[in-house]
Amino acid sequence: MIDFINYYLIPGVTLGSIYALGAVGISMIFGILRFAHFAHGDLMTVGAYAALTTVWVTGLPALATIPVAIAVTCIVALLMDKWFYKPLRALPTIYTVIASFGVAMLLRSSIQLIWGTDSQVYFTGFQKPMIFFDTLRIASRHIQFIVFTVLIAFALHYFLNKTRTGKSMRAVADDPELASICGLKTETVIRATWIIGAALTAIAGIFVGLDTDVHTNLGWNLLLPMFAAALLGGIGKPMGAMVGGLIIGIAEEICTYPIFGESLIEPSYKSAVAFVLMVIILIFRPQGLFKGRLL
Amino acid sequence: MEMSGLFFYLVSFLTMAGIYAVICIALNIQWGFGGLFNAGIAGFYAIGAYTAAILTSANSTRHVGGFDLPIIVGLIGAGLVAGLLGWVVAKICIRLKADYLAMASIGIAEIVRLAIINESWLTNGSIGISRIPRPLEDIFTGRSAEVVFLIFIWLMVLLTYLIAERLRFSPWGRVMRAIRDNEDSAASIGKDVQYFRTQSFIIGAIFMGIAGALSAHFFKYFSPDATEPLLVTFLVWVMLIAGGSGNNKGALAGALIIWALWSMTELLTQQLPPEWASRSSYLRMLLIGLFLQLVLQKFRTGLFPEKALNRD
Repeated sequence: MIDFINYYLIPGVTLGSIYALGAVGISMIFGILRFAHFAHGDLMTVGAYAALTTVWVTGLPALATIPVAIAVTCIVALLMDKWFYKPLRALPTIYTVIASFGVAMLLRSSIQLIWGTDSQVYFTGFQKPMIFFDTLRIASRHIQFIVFTVLIAFALHYFLNKTRTGKSMRAVADDPELASICGLKTETVIRATWIIGAALTAIAGIFVGLDTDVHTNLGWNLLLPMFAAALLGGIGKPMGAMVGGLIIGIAEEICTYPIFGESLIEPSYKSAVAFVLMVIILIFRPQGLFKGRLL
Repeated sequence: MEMSGLFFYLVSFLTMAGIYAVICIALNIQWGFGGLFNAGIAGFYAIGAYTAAILTSANSTRHVGGFDLPIIVGLIGAGLVAGLLGWVVAKICIRLKADYLAMASIGIAEIVRLAIINESWLTNGSIGISRIPRPLEDIFTGRSAEVVFLIFIWLMVLLTYLIAERLRFSPWGRVMRAIRDNEDSAASIGKDVQYFRTQSFIIGAIFMGIAGALSAHFFKYFSPDATEPLLVTFLVWVMLIAGGSGNNKGALAGALIIWALWSMTELLTQQLPPEWASRSSYLRMLLIGLFLQLVLQKFRTGLFPEKALNRD
């Protein structure tokens, strides 16, 4: 049992935190701007590399570079919205989906040009896990990730429910026509959506880089589970996306746990779990667990 | 480059352009006719390539088959398997907004890639399948064989083009366009929207599988790294949108022009100093990505815009 917690549940929660942070942006962009943002994973990669350069230049620990990574990622997100998505806003949103697919390529190839394709790490060396009650082993970085994610969830909840911009965002996600009739400023809402989505995905990117390594496909590889998380939580429901991310992350790890002597699926097919969950949601409950929008 | 070298470069260029033309016309059936966004082209392409490779390659002890069957059987098999995969994807999410189809098709491409790498009893894993035949190999050898294969590929392009054109002018094609342009009004006159969309997705998937089979015969060897999956998907999208979605001529022209541009940038980047040459493929990717944005914003209708049909 303790093995299950140490090697499956805690890594699952860690992975889930990463998915949760990425999925918030996907869910809100889908809810407010009405398109599936295929470049979100590569935006995460931008955050991870921005932090990498800051670590190189300043020698600070990776988690201390979060503000820089957020700033860089937000600027990239706002610029790509201005250059590539805004000109297409009057058209059917599927053109923006195609554009975002292209932006994913643009971001990735720019990163490959600037930083090369070798895997990098923020720091070298082995971190000894912390041991509680003699048996419970948690890597200190996993504790950091989980604590950070919980704090972000509270902050996000406060922002969405107590601030004017947050309330406007939820209103636009629920019913854009009604929101615009009430005089909500769409451009402000869109800018806030990009800033929050980019900031959270940048943090997730640093977590991935700390947990494994920083490489150019880092974000793209996580795109599918993040989509699954956003769908599971319900489109336009940021808190739902966080829960969805947690569920997908835990499910991916648990599926490889040998329950009856044999694991449910081969570990090499782990990344298929998110897809299977996504298919099940699409068939049986396309509006998600928390009654998101069905577009 | 000497003359004959240039000639054979051209032959190989046109062969690949032909394979891309088939995929591009297939995507036109899905996107241009039906407005269906397929972001997993590489998955259908790969499954077609492997089906044909297993069916037609010489017997091997390392994987199932090869069954040494005629090439035509391989092509049909590739089309069937890819079509079946297309049916599954369509079944899941054709009723939802196009974005969901895009997500699911990326997912299916990922599953296909995982299966190809992991199920080595079937696909020989990362080593790949070799000894895949080409048509009429016994009769023609050496350089003339390359030309014969080129003719074979372009006959397949012609066949695909004619079928797609026939579909476009048929009552079926008119219904597809009606659904694409106004789903509700098409449904109001009694057209089963989901049924027609599923059909167009499956037909497109079949031709993508066939294109995969053609490339397996061209390379004579197929492994997971024979192609960069994202590159295939992405290039075909650029081809179709630049050429003109909805118009089969546009799809054909787009495939030729973009493949020519892509191949030329390769020649150009080879001239770069060595420290840059290693990164040149990313520079090409960057340029083609910017090109797509330019086309989307300024020339959305493409080189050959779709024309209203006046034929009865």
